[in-house]
Amino acid sequence: MKNELIHLNHISKSYGGKAVLDDLDLVIHENEFVTLLGPSGCGKTTTLRILAGFETPDNGSVIFEGKDITNLPPNKRQLNTVFQNYALFTHMDVASNIAFGLKIKKKDKSYIEDKIHYALKLVGLEGFERRSVRNLSGGQQQRVAIARAIVNEPRVLLLDEPLGALDLKLRQDMQYELIRMKNELSITFIYVTHDQQEALTMSDTIVVMNQGYIQQMGTPESIYNEPENAFVADFIGDSNLFPGIFIKDELVTIDDVPFPCTDTGFGTNRPVDIVIRPEDVKLVKKGEGTVSGVVTDVIFKGVHYEMCVDVKGREWVAHSTRPRQVDEEVDINVHPYNIQVMNKPESEDEEAVRENG
Amino acid sequence: MKIRYKGIKRVYIGLIFIFMYAPIALLIIQSFNKSKSRGRWGGFTFEWYGSLFTDASIIEAFTNTILLALLSSVISVILGTMACICISKMKKKARNIMMGITNIPMLNADIVTGVSFMLLFLTLRIQFGFGTILLAHITFNIPYVILSVMPSYRDLNPHIYEAALDLGASPVYAFIKTVLPEIMPAILSGGLMAFTMSIDDFIITHFTAGAGVHTLSTKIYSEVKLGIKPEMYALSAMIFITVLILLILVNRVQGSARKEDA
Repeated sequence: MKNELIHLNHISKSYGGKAVLDDLDLVIHENEFVTLLGPSGCGKTTTLRILAGFETPDNGSVIFEGKDITNLPPNKRQLNTVFQNYALFTHMDVASNIAFGLKIKKKDKSYIEDKIHYALKLVGLEGFERRSVRNLSGGQQQRVAIARAIVNEPRVLLLDEPLGALDLKLRQDMQYELIRMKNELSITFIYVTHDQQEALTMSDTIVVMNQGYIQQMGTPESIYNEPENAFVADFIGDSNLFPGIFIKDELVTIDDVPFPCTDTGFGTNRPVDIVIRPEDVKLVKKGEGTVSGVVTDVIFKGVHYEMCVDVKGREWVAHSTRPRQVDEEVDINVHPYNIQVMNKPESEDEEAVRENG
Repeated sequence: MKIRYKGIKRVYIGLIFIFMYAPIALLIIQSFNKSKSRGRWGGFTFEWYGSLFTDASIIEAFTNTILLALLSSVISVILGTMACICISKMKKKARNIMMGITNIPMLNADIVTGVSFMLLFLTLRIQFGFGTILLAHITFNIPYVILSVMPSYRDLNPHIYEAALDLGASPVYAFIKTVLPEIMPAILSGGLMAFTMSIDDFIITHFTAGAGVHTLSTKIYSEVKLGIKPEMYALSAMIFITVLILLILVNRVQGSARKEDA
């Protein structure tokens, strides 16, 4: 990929004895859209605040273009932040909000005017210069916050759950807007969210975090299709998560039923976690599948139907555009390629699996 | 039936207002009474107000009062606002203790506060005079400032200050440009409150003033001891009107601050 821009070098941080980040190591490249994804309290916002300079790590360092900026105050960093609650200056109008950073840098008046105009155009708020920020809607405030950050031409834009307060439709529109802005600006975006759909839609790279550890890092496709552990599988998308036995290479059993798979190298007769996405569970006529079950529940979800199938006392979830009847007997087929085998967590501390297991 | 009930309510409220304001109304009326005898209306006059402004000792007391009120309110606003920032950064338990401590002086009887100040200044061998009154006024004013500024500061979005830093502002610039304007209404109303309290105070001033230094309230007290001169009615009436105007201002400032939040 492109040049390395930021290196979070073995960062640890704790508050009042409780570790929030534990030996986090992360490299971010130039012009990359990186999303830190995880449930609340996973350390994603703390990571962002360390990047912005609002927090100092207890251990480790922040490297920006090869320079250590761990102790550089936020006003000296080439990063700008879009805050979760926008944090607009409510006693100023839209233009003054956007000009705030430029005035500090003592830019001349015509330059500032041009920049305000350009930024408002970029975020789709032309003609809003003299409006009071108090009277703007949530989506408009969000756009002003983005405009205020990008006029400073930061190398990196940090976004802390920027769409969290918007309604669903607006949120989806803003996702496309953000991708468009990112492409137009060609700068690095570091985006924090707990919304997996947002992360999958926008990112080049997703960093799944939980309890201060990176659980998995990769492209949206690899995170979705090849989750490395039960936490990632469960957090990203819907999934069937079963305990199984890895009999030998390319063969697992779930509840003693053998399923061929494509994974190798998990040993022999070893307990593993198995994830199968509901859309990969194929319901077929009785007698044509690998294992039989009874449909217990059918729910219409818009694009597809979600069906629960009872197989030997275990509930399988299947997605299909073709509904079945409740109490109908069906068989289940799963393509070997769609069976994802994962190591069981090593410790009691279930979720907190280290990046490399 | 309903009309009579309404009438009774009006009468009741009227009575309460008469009880509360009759003495002050009488004072104001008397301040315009030409006759030196209080029992008789000798015609309307501004004479007593006029002679107030020719009495050098009263003018000095007036200057002292205003100077004290100005200095003590400005200094207590600065100290009080800084205290708010520090207290709100504390952990919850420490914060509650600090807020309790700052509330006590407001509830404490003025006479106790006054005597304690006198004792303290005596012990420290500080010369009584304008300085000691000022110190005392600053001290009793700070809680009022904290009371007014604290809720406003706590309501403030903490990310506003961080956003300013993020955009390149130094901590001082960020505070002045983003935090201060947001809490300004509360600071103003706290300052006006402190100003009013300072003008209003008699007891604490009485105990902390040295010989020869007078504010309007102590001046009135010492004059009244010698026999009531009609000028004192005029002076008291003026103090009442001043404090009334200030209180209306405080309410206005607080009201407009609340409206902006809504």
